[in-house]
Amino acid sequence: MTDASNAAPLREKKSLLVVDARTKKRNAAEARFKMYGIIAITLGLLFLAVLLTTIISRGTGAFTQTFISVPVELREDKLDKKGNRNLEDIKKVSTFGYNPLLGDALSAVIAEGGFTTEITKSKELRKLLSSSAVGQMRAYVIENTDQIGQTVTFDFFASSRVDGYIKGRVTREDLARDKNLSAEHLDLVDQMIEAGVVRKKFNPSFIFGADASESRPEQAGLGVSMLGSLFMMLVVLFLALPIGVAASIYLEEFAPKNRLTDLIEVNISNLAAVPSIVFGILGLAFFIQFCGGYLGIAAMKASAPLVGGLVLTLMTLPTIIISTRAALKAVPPSIRDAALGVGASKMQTVFHHVLPLAAPGILTGTIIGLAQALGETAPLLLIGMVGYIASNYPDSVLSGFTDPNSAMPAQIFEWAKRADPAFYERAWGGIIILLVFLMTMNIIAILLRRRFERRW
Amino acid sequence: MDDLRYMEMPVDQDTKISASNVQIYYGDNQAIKDVNVEIADKTVTAFIGPSGCGKSTFLRCLNRMNDTIDICRVEGTIKIDGDDIYDNAVDPVQLRAKVGMVFQKPNPFPKSIYDNVAYGPKVHGLAKSKADLDVIVEKALRRGAIWDEVKDRLHAPGTGLSGGQQQRLCIARAVATEPEVLLMDEPCSALDPIATAQVEELIDELRQSYSLVIVTHSMQQAARVSQRTAFFHLGNLVEFGDTSQIFTNPQDSRTESYITGRIG
Repeated sequence: MTDASNAAPLREKKSLLVVDARTKKRNAAEARFKMYGIIAITLGLLFLAVLLTTIISRGTGAFTQTFISVPVELREDKLDKKGNRNLEDIKKVSTFGYNPLLGDALSAVIAEGGFTTEITKSKELRKLLSSSAVGQMRAYVIENTDQIGQTVTFDFFASSRVDGYIKGRVTREDLARDKNLSAEHLDLVDQMIEAGVVRKKFNPSFIFGADASESRPEQAGLGVSMLGSLFMMLVVLFLALPIGVAASIYLEEFAPKNRLTDLIEVNISNLAAVPSIVFGILGLAFFIQFCGGYLGIAAMKASAPLVGGLVLTLMTLPTIIISTRAALKAVPPSIRDAALGVGASKMQTVFHHVLPLAAPGILTGTIIGLAQALGETAPLLLIGMVGYIASNYPDSVLSGFTDPNSAMPAQIFEWAKRADPAFYERAWGGIIILLVFLMTMNIIAILLRRRFERRW
Repeated sequence: MDDLRYMEMPVDQDTKISASNVQIYYGDNQAIKDVNVEIADKTVTAFIGPSGCGKSTFLRCLNRMNDTIDICRVEGTIKIDGDDIYDNAVDPVQLRAKVGMVFQKPNPFPKSIYDNVAYGPKVHGLAKSKADLDVIVEKALRRGAIWDEVKDRLHAPGTGLSGGQQQRLCIARAVATEPEVLLMDEPCSALDPIATAQVEELIDELRQSYSLVIVTHSMQQAARVSQRTAFFHLGNLVEFGDTSQIFTNPQDSRTESYITGRIG
């Protein structure tokens, strides 16, 4: 007999069919909680939808560009006065020498199309075209000297104002005080569109081209800074992955648990939260000023993707170490016991059994770390990988690591801060490309995880 | 009292493991207090006792599996064939090849049945060729009494077997390295009665070739499979003797209380 059996019952007897007030309250609380969750997720999805539609609606314009096709007579008397096709002589003709050819060609287009316009001056006519047009012609002539004397049809970029007009960004009112283009030009453009001389089409040079000067937004592309990002990611992958995995394996499997390892552990976690700009200034001080300047290592110079990669490696290491350690921790200890029990050494246990089981987690962590590094901007600005530097392709794979370059996010930042609104559109377009890269990397991470995941 | 019982020990078996004055600490906590025990060759020795009495801890010290726990400290001497296993010259990896272990929860590697068994021999370089290895694997699986069930699917994952089969696979894996002692830490606690019976039968067969030490919570199991039994309580080795004597005529009142179900 215990005391409990003597006590009065705490609950009075009631039918199960009657829901008491307390239960009702609990159920209501649960229902409310579920509702909060649904609201939170709906809000999240809503923001995501707003983000994506904004990016897509503003950015897709950057992938198309307005082109004007102009047949140009490459007159021998202007381009090769001596007529002996000597490349050195041809190169002496600067882009200014091509201006008259272009003006004449445009006049011819107007005459041929029967367009009516007040504009007659060559200089005024050329405002329809990007200032890159003469450069394009000159490059073509130097490549194909045999074409001198012939008439060649070029697809020139329209100037950014014309492009803006066609994309609806520029109106006639806007041009009232604009010295780059006038309303008459637009009247002419309208006729040219009708005749099919002016067309908007897909512009591969936005994806593959180099950055251009502030006055030629129509010519600017992301290609070179994309290469800069690629070389940096190579540095990060080949440094951060082995160092990070080795450090994690040592800390997780071999290191004694004491004050020192505790301290290291805490500091690794803290490093993951250090603002990236701090790593940037560290890179500036250590890699560029100390290694490059004081020690005189030639490859360690400002704006080099090698230095950018090293800085991003420092930034990515904590992420990789933390996720690798989590993956190693998740391997059940029974597997370690099993391997040790049959007489495997500690290292055999780790490399034969633990590491393969942790591989999916390690790969996921690495790819997420890389994706993070790919989108990092602030530290790159500090080490001089600013956007406008990305105007030349590197000469070789090796010089890809050391030649001054930029990176995708830095290039986007550069475009976003330039004055011409045509760059604004390109910044959004750049964001789309960056997001495509990040999504691809995340999909690869998911696929790898699926592929290597083993159950026990 | 211990000394008296040692004199009653059958003299037909050599001593395989002898432990004297063993103290085991987890940090400041003493888990095993002054244990002296002699484990005979080709005999099944059962460790029984209530949970937390230190019997698994003691078992894991016999092949230095406790080395993996930083705070674990062992004092006293444990000798196998006269060699002190805690001597500085002893490599625990070599020791574990000689003293195999089977764990409470079946823990096959997430690999094929063949690879599970072949792993130990490969690590110790026991096989010179693929054909050699095949022979070793078959022999081990036959000893583990599981050959007939898996011979047609040696390359299927070991984790796909039933619990009892997995445990017999783990036993096969342990005997594949040809140990001299086999330690079993509650090998049947995760198994149903039929699988338990199979494993017990296997233990009885293995006794012909090995010295077996088994930790168990089931007194019936200890009575069925073992020839000698040690009763642990609160870190002390309370009583050690022939199984029949322990279960029918315990000398210590604590042993009697435990086997009759009054403590534990």
